[in-house]
Amino acid sequence: MSAVLFFIAAIGAITGAVGVVMLRNPFYAVLALVAHLISLAILFLLLRAQFVAAVQVVVYAGAVMVLYVFVVAYVGDQGDTLSERLRGTGPVASGLRLGGALVGGALLIELLIALLGTGLEGIDHYGAGYSEAHPEAQTFGTPAYIGRLLLTRFLLAFEVASFLLLIAAVGGVVLAYRRGGIREEERDALTPLDLIRPLGTGTMREGIGRRGS
Amino acid sequence: MTIGWYLAVSAIVFSLGAVGVITRRNPLVVLLCLELMLNGGNLALIAFSRMWGNGDGQVLALVVMTVAACEVCIGLGMIVAMFRQKLPVDVDEMRELQG
Repeated sequence: MSAVLFFIAAIGAITGAVGVVMLRNPFYAVLALVAHLISLAILFLLLRAQFVAAVQVVVYAGAVMVLYVFVVAYVGDQGDTLSERLRGTGPVASGLRLGGALVGGALLIELLIALLGTGLEGIDHYGAGYSEAHPEAQTFGTPAYIGRLLLTRFLLAFEVASFLLLIAAVGGVVLAYRRGGIREEERDALTPLDLIRPLGTGTMREGIGRRGS
Repeated sequence: MTIGWYLAVSAIVFSLGAVGVITRRNPLVVLLCLELMLNGGNLALIAFSRMWGNGDGQVLALVVMTVAACEVCIGLGMIVAMFRQKLPVDVDEMRELQG
């Protein structure tokens, strides 16, 4: 059962990744990434990382992808198609075709050698066993377990990460801020309230008790 | 499935992301491919965490997700700023940092 689920999720993850790299329209690429992230969440569940899987779906596939969709809708479709660039003629296209395939293949082979040739015995096993002697193992990956780790052993990392999020939020606002401020005609707009309230309301003159003139 | 299968999937996802970062021109899609690479790393972290029965890898995966969210925030802010300045949204055309 878990093998079937693994293969479904793995094929979904790899298909989603291929879709992100190959699809022409950035909007479809974002949707392919959402499918990829949800497949990865299933893999995380199979690895007994319930909390991380939930965070993956809620934060990543939910919040971050909504941000992407908004920016794609704002910037518009300026997509280049990978297949178009690869199929074309000239030194750029052939160089790209060769270089991309070469770098990708070399990286994949190197990673597979590095990961599967580690000599770690655990690679060929199903992971650490769960015995009665270790009651902690029964709660492995639950929110309580992760929360305890975050607030005891990794407290500094937790605080630094929250500070990093604050800095990124400020940076995003600064970068995407509309330059030039409010336009002149927006500033002096007359509201209905200006017509019914007495002259001088809300000025220093009212503050010292002398209304109107 | 044994841990090795998960590691193989993570390697494939990471390589696909790297190919995308190298060959795509739209910065939005380059950011998406960076997400793919980070997710490949996350899958390996969680597989190793399962292998040792130790939660440290899962905490590190959460920190990686935080960093990815920050990177998306800054990257998308830069893309919006480029679009506002009427600059071409194309990584091949972006050759200078001066606004």
